[in-house]
Formats: sequence, C-alpha cells, structure tokens
Amino acid sequence: MSEPLLEATGLRKDYGSVLAVDDVDLAVEAGGSLAIVGESGSGKTTIARMLVGLTRPTAGTIRACGRDRSTPSRSAAERRRRGSEVQIVFQDPYSSLDPRHSAQKALDEVLRLHGSGSDSRARKARIAELGELVGLDDRMLRALPRDLSGGQRQRIAIARALAADPRLIILDESVAALDVSIQAQVLNVLADIREETGVSYLLISHDLAVVRQLTEETLVMHRGKVVERGPTSQVLDTPQDPYTRLLRESVPRPGWRPTRRLRARAAAPGEAGRAEREPTSTTEGGRRGG
Amino acid sequence: MSANGALLEVDGLHTKLPVEGRMQTVLHDVSLSIGTGEAVGLVGESGSGKSMTARAIARLLPSGASTSGSIRYDGTEVGSRRGSTLRDYRGEVAMIFQDPRAHINPVRSIGDFMTEALRTNRGVARADARARAVRALGDVGIEDGERRLKQYPHELSGGLLQRVMIASALLTEPRLVLADEPTTALDVTTQAEVMAILDELRRERGLALLFITHDLDLAGAVCDRTCVMYAGRIVESQRSADLGERPRHPYTAALSAARPAIEGAVHRLAAIRGRPVSAFEAPEGCAFAPRCEFAQDRCRERTPELRVVSGGEVRCVRADEIAGNLAKETESV
Repeated sequence: MSEPLLEATGLRKDYGSVLAVDDVDLAVEAGGSLAIVGESGSGKTTIARMLVGLTRPTAGTIRACGRDRSTPSRSAAERRRRGSEVQIVFQDPYSSLDPRHSAQKALDEVLRLHGSGSDSRARKARIAELGELVGLDDRMLRALPRDLSGGQRQRIAIARALAADPRLIILDESVAALDVSIQAQVLNVLADIREETGVSYLLISHDLAVVRQLTEETLVMHRGKVVERGPTSQVLDTPQDPYTRLLRESVPRPGWRPTRRLRARAAAPGEAGRAEREPTSTTEGGRRGG
Repeated sequence: MSANGALLEVDGLHTKLPVEGRMQTVLHDVSLSIGTGEAVGLVGESGSGKSMTARAIARLLPSGASTSGSIRYDGTEVGSRRGSTLRDYRGEVAMIFQDPRAHINPVRSIGDFMTEALRTNRGVARADARARAVRALGDVGIEDGERRLKQYPHELSGGLLQRVMIASALLTEPRLVLADEPTTALDVTTQAEVMAILDELRRERGLALLFITHDLDLAGAVCDRTCVMYAGRIVESQRSADLGERPRHPYTAALSAARPAIEGAVHRLAAIRGRPVSAFEAPEGCAFAPRCEFAQDRCRERTPELRVVSGGEVRCVRADEIAGNLAKETESV
C-alpha cells in the first residue's frame, strides 16, 4: 500500500499545563478529502497549524509527500518545498491578504517563488488560469482586496494557495465567514478544483453540512482528543460517540426545537453539575428534537 | 399586518446613514409588526439591513442617521420619547448583541454591569439589585451567581458571557427583546443551549422577540413568523413553518437551496450568482432582479411593493406565477 499524502502520528501539543492536542493520528490519502470537526478549544486549529509548521508539536511525527516535517525547516529551500506540498487557507480573507497588493500581484509573488520563475509571460498565463479556476475576472484580479467582497477575497486566498501547485490544501474554516449565497459559490469552486487538479483537502470546520458537502472522511475532536472517525456519511448519519451525537442534534433544521441540557436550579444538589461546563456524555437534550 | 394589539409597529421606515461622506439609504420602506408575546425572525445576509432595523427600533442608530416613517411601541411614537420616557422605553425593550465582549465594560465586574441599570434608573438598593441579578443568572442556568457577580468578563467563556447578557437584559423585565445574532459567535452545542433558554424564558414571561439571524432554519425553530430581508427591504414575511415549505419570494427559495444539507452532499450546490447588495447599491426596480433566475424586464422597471398574498406578504411582482416553481426543489439541481 502506498504511503498517504499526509500522515501524522501521536501528535501532541501542550501549552503549559493545558493539553491542546492529545495523541492524534490522522492521514490524508492522495486525492482524498478529510474533515476535522470540533468546537472551540477542541484542538482542530492547533493541528492545522502544526501540519503547516506554524506551531511546533510537543510530540509526534508529521510526514507529507514522503518526507518528515515534524521539526522546523532548516533552509529557505526546504521551506519552499514544504510550501509547494501543503498550503493553507484561513478563515478570514481580510487579515490573510496584503491590503496593498492586488490579486494579480499576490499570485505573481507566489509564482515567482514556486514554479514559473522568471518567465513573466508564463506567470501571466498562469494567473489568468488560476483566476478562471476560482471565478475571478480580469477586473477582480486587478482590484485591491478592499474593493472586493468577502467571497471574492476568499477566492483570491484559494487561488494563492493553488498557485504553489500544492498536493494538499488545508482549509481552516475557510467558508465559515461567508454569506450563504457566497459560501455555495466557493464550495462549488472547491469541488471543481479538486475534480480538475486532483488536489487533496484537509477541512477544519465546525459546520457539519459543509463537511458533508466537501469531504469523504471525518474525524471528530473533543477537548484535544479524537472521539470518532470514519467515512463522513457514516459519522453524520449514524454517529457512535455521544459527543458526535450531541453535535449532530444541535444543528438547527426544519422541525428542530432547541432544548435545555443544563438547568442550574433543577439540578440535584448532590451532583450539582458545574452548570457552565458543557456536558460531555448526554444526548437526552437533543433527543426530543425530532 | 396585524394592526390591532401589536406591541411594536414599524411602518414605512426609511433610514439613511453617512457612508464615505454621502448619505446612503440602508433601509427602504421597512414595515413589520410584533404582537405581545410573539416571536418574529428577521433573516438576511450581510448588508440586508436586519441589524439596522433592530438598531432603529432600539434608538441606537449611529450618529448622523436620518430616518423617516414610524416606529410605534405600545401605541406611542418611539422617536418622540425623551428623558425619562426614553429610559422607560429602554427598560421595556432590551437588546442582546452578537458579540457580548464588545458590549460589556471589561474593567467592571459582572455584578456592576448587571445591577447598574436597576440601581441608577430604578433606584433599587444594592443588596436587592444583587439578589435579583443572582436570580436572573439562575434563570439562564448559571449557578453560584454570587461568585459570578464578583468575576470579570475575561474570566468567562463566550457562551457563559452571552447568558450573562441575556440575564441582564431580562432584569428590567422587558416586554420586547431585540436579539441581534445572539448565538452566531457561539459553538453549535452552546447555541442550542442559549436558544433553548431564550425560547423558554420568552414563553414563560410572554415576551415578544425580534430575532435576527442569517440562518433560516434557526429562525424557523424559535419564531412564529419570519421576515426575510434583502438590500434594506423586507422581501417576504410568512409563518415560519410555511416559509420553509413554501417560500414565496425567489430570494428566500434560493437562499434555502444554496445551503449545503447535513443529510447528504449534492454534486453542485445551487449557488446564487453575484453577491448580496446593500440598499444603496440596489438597482432600479426589484433589488434582487440581477441575481434572480425568474427576473423579467418588468421586474427591473419599478420597485415592487410588499403586498399581501395567501399566508403572508411578498415583494415580488411574479410571486403568483412562479409559486409552483419555488416549492422545495433542492434535489433537482
């Protein structure tokens, strides 16, 4: 069996006494699409940062495209090579794009570093190609980020990630801040790109519907630990772990009624649950949802 | 419109704000009413004017705003309230914001924050005000209120702080709550909890609620009626149950079809072309026409009125002709 495109084993991150990521194993096959699902504090973003080298793991190994990347790269060439293997698109295109650079310029910069090099005609052609792939026309490519909408900006961020011709793109809540009508456009663009280029995705998300639309495999995290993993359809249709079930039941949908899980005054004095703490192992709240 | 017995009536509200030095329309002919104890959802994307509508009702528009039209609460014009009558109004109409951290003084304790209005506006004694605050915290599922009152905002998680905001909004015993995306910044399990609390308290106390969200399903779950806004105007208003099943405006139908479904992936999502616009960017005629798959020449000629149709109101000249095409068709695209 061939080696996965990206593989992490025994990944762990401590922040002082806080264990943010606890012994996580994951793998993305070439051409595959994996979701890491969880709420704030689950450790999902810390994992993304470790995979791209923005945060150093306390323990564990990370391999991408057959090479180890558990420790910081030692040279510019090594950093560039890692950049051409795995790229990341963040949630907020406002803070991840240089406000003084047009899309064209942002893409050109990446192309100079990776790939097309000094041939300006080739770079220009590639920019047009990338623009077409993510649905940005000439005018948008020439505009500064402030003159573009959030969805257009996020498409620039995606095009910039693609410009390095990576094997894997990490999408860290990349569609979470977009309006519904724009989110659908970007999700379609992401599906098209995968179909055309064979790139793999690692999607970090709290949104189960987006996970369903974009991925085949899912890993559910809760407080730094993986609580469930499997094919996306199976995890969402027949969740086994109580926390996954709770997540699934908490999603508003037609006919859904929110129900209280915590009840300070009604709690039995003995077990007097810390009301502010989210419960981990009960689904009775969601069950009545129907 | 249920003219009789409405607690709040907004009629023909137009609002302009200075945007980059020019007065620009942000709300165009907004009319809605909320009955005593009724929950009304206001759903829209960015720039649709849903937050501005709530701010206009709460008299919290940015300085320099100009409005025309009428907002009546309990029969009297909100704009004419001054001094003590305005303070009374603010006690009866409470607002809950999306980001609790942006609306709470970080250097004052939770106790100071919660009791300030009671003590300064209502002359409630300190001990009594604190006792009421502890009770209110209990109502939103926060135990050991005494300890919480001594804490500072940074010591509380987002979900906990939002429950503090709800408790504090309810302290003055309002009759109407304006909730502006109160759960958008929260995790989905926390959202379910906060919504359940809000829903339960509302029912127990007969509170009216204006619930602002971008999520049609969430509005449908807690609101009797839902209004959909686009480009500063209300384009549709219906009972929430009917809105989900039989949207009357093409925008509502498109919005609901564009959302990926948790039950299964589709090959391509039914994206709406273009992007949502603000009222001042809207073209002549129907504001949604450039993005609408049903648009015809006459849609672009003049701005459609919000008119009564069976079961609700819709701002679309073709609503009757296309009614059959708008019913749920998510799978076929």
